[in-house]
Amino acid sequence: MKLTGAQILMECLLEQEVDTVFGYPGGTILNVYDALYRYNDKIKHVLTAHEQGAAHAADGYARSTGKVGVCFATSGPGATNLTTGIATAHMDSSPVVFISCNVARNLIGKDSFQEVDITGITMPITKCNYIVDSVEKLADTVRAAFAIAKSGRPGPVFIDILKNATGEKAEFKPLPQAEHYTEGKLGAMMRRSSQDFKAPEVDEKDLKTLVDMINASKKPLLICGGGVVRGRAHQEFLEFAEKVDAPVAITLMGAGGICGRNPLATGMIGMHGTQASNMACDACDLLISVGCRFSDRVALAPKTFAKQAKIVHIDIDRAEINKNVHTDHHIVGDAKRVLAKLNEMVQPADHSDWKKYVFSFKTETEYDDIDDALTPKQILSSIAKMLPEDTVVATDVGQHQMWSIQHFRFDYPGQLLTSGGFGTMGFGLGAAIGAKVGNPDKTVIHITGDGSFRMNCNELATVQDYGVPIITFVFNNKTLGMVRQWQTLIYDKRYSETTLSERGPDFVALAKAYGLGGAHVSNVAELEAAIEEAMKCGHGYIIDCAIDMDEKVRPMVGGGSHITDFLLS
Amino acid sequence: MSNEMKRQTLAILVDNESGVLSQISRLFSRKGYNIESLAVGATEHTETSRITIEVMADDDQVRLLANQLRKLFPVHSVKLLTAETSIRRELVLYKVRTPDSTVRNEIIGIANIFRANIIDVAVGSITLSVIGAESKTDAMEKLLREYEILELVRTGVIALERGQETIKDETKEKGEFDYGKNVL
Repeated sequence: MKLTGAQILMECLLEQEVDTVFGYPGGTILNVYDALYRYNDKIKHVLTAHEQGAAHAADGYARSTGKVGVCFATSGPGATNLTTGIATAHMDSSPVVFISCNVARNLIGKDSFQEVDITGITMPITKCNYIVDSVEKLADTVRAAFAIAKSGRPGPVFIDILKNATGEKAEFKPLPQAEHYTEGKLGAMMRRSSQDFKAPEVDEKDLKTLVDMINASKKPLLICGGGVVRGRAHQEFLEFAEKVDAPVAITLMGAGGICGRNPLATGMIGMHGTQASNMACDACDLLISVGCRFSDRVALAPKTFAKQAKIVHIDIDRAEINKNVHTDHHIVGDAKRVLAKLNEMVQPADHSDWKKYVFSFKTETEYDDIDDALTPKQILSSIAKMLPEDTVVATDVGQHQMWSIQHFRFDYPGQLLTSGGFGTMGFGLGAAIGAKVGNPDKTVIHITGDGSFRMNCNELATVQDYGVPIITFVFNNKTLGMVRQWQTLIYDKRYSETTLSERGPDFVALAKAYGLGGAHVSNVAELEAAIEEAMKCGHGYIIDCAIDMDEKVRPMVGGGSHITDFLLS
Repeated sequence: MSNEMKRQTLAILVDNESGVLSQISRLFSRKGYNIESLAVGATEHTETSRITIEVMADDDQVRLLANQLRKLFPVHSVKLLTAETSIRRELVLYKVRTPDSTVRNEIIGIANIFRANIIDVAVGSITLSVIGAESKTDAMEKLLREYEILELVRTGVIALERGQETIKDETKEKGEFDYGKNVL
């Protein structure tokens, strides 16, 4: 059948079982939105307040559901507004397909209205990107984009479709997903590849070497990284950890890869890692990292990182091997497959003495309670007490993010949505919207700071319009807390441009302006009353929690320092 | 692994599509490397191009660069070619001023020694072409600098491995890179 490019795009989305798209219309993407109008019984579109919010929402949708997120934007500013969201998804390996439309072919290269070279701009922040200049190439490109976004190490893929390609007609041949790998771009990729992508073998010899290393180890430590979460390898990881009987340190992106309350879990590792995780890393004789890329927030000083240990790196991306930390052995593969194979080969071990040593150090930070004021710990305790255990938590970036990770013991992959690699302030609200749309049965909360919240609070309009009952907790310390913490410790208390005391808005009045509920709280009783109210109200609710300006995230190791050289304990 | 900075040669087999070259060259500039020499052309298959790039880097750096290149989707394979195991050639054209016949005869003499071709002779100038590894073209350039070189242009080094090994050979490492790109 002959269809327009815009209709072909809709059909291709349906092939991929896409039922939700986040986006924002504009001049060049009008044909697509016109087609969407006719497909609105099959594809739900969520209109955000700003393209960045749409990008984060598609990302949050992908992270929380494990499916590919989809995001639309128009050319020019529409497309450039996506870039922070694309980079965020790229750094955290989140599968999102971004689709923008550019000016028509006859206007390309003439600095036409809202024309921008968005594929040039997004080249370094996407897994792959494409320009589609004719309708004949559209279906093949969309199929390749989806396959690439979700396969291997997942990541964002960008498609820029010229407006003429959305209006022209071409023959469209529906193709079931299973056959996408036989034709076009994907077919060519399959033919030139060195292995069968559908049933890749994990190298037996590599596995055997690792098993021997495990058998020889007396003090093994595992790192649960983001690869366990993205690969949904949590069950395999748990079985592996229990068999090896090794403590498990968790990275920010690995939260939920193993249940945080598991007796083997030592908590987060790295800059704000627990005493137990960081001390274990320094003392272990074998470090097995699964899906962790040894970023500078984990391997703060790569040369002295796990200096007594043989380091084994299990990762899906070969380019991560020996990139940041030199390793003694590596296995390239998807965490789920590699761990399933390993579990067949590993003999149950007992490392009680080593565990006793590791767990003699603290696995959580003790924060003092203050009676007449709120502390971050009290806020998080009340949240944990009053909201369901499987609540999805989206955070922004800063102190509130670290406190949340430390306090909540995340249970399952996709429960925590946070910008780890890119550290995007303003990520949380969009991500929470995406998560709630993708998981309508779950409670979704957004934890933020006053600095982060100001960045993208325009998405409250989306919360209101779609009636998404997200509770936003603002950890309001009237400062950019994490930067202030660094200024206190490293810059001799010169608080350059971080104090926000006199700045609006009144967050509760802001909530009202958007037709949402809200409350200022400054003690536990008020907080818990507000949570009660928020849960009952059925719409978005902002709880503005006043906390002290000089609360700090502890422990802390300085950037580039040895992992046990705590600046704060 | 040595930390010595030296000229390193990377052979890269890529999709023959627009935009691929800019993607590759961007990676070098982003990582802070200046490309010393670059040559691109079609291969025995119309759908692929081969890029030969030379950079100043130590062994560790060039390995990381190669790994980042292998991650790119249009890149099929990357090979580090060492001087010992590969054949390297570059074509250089020199246009030299010849104010009189004595100079012209001297330059023709140099050309003969280096087995360079004389491809254009005009009143006042002579143009030579020479093919070889850098050692040869550099030596010839040194001699020609005694005269006035009006223009000099290089194609960039191209290189092939000696023996029957090729850039397309399947290795365990190549398989590992393909895995991270697109295993289902």
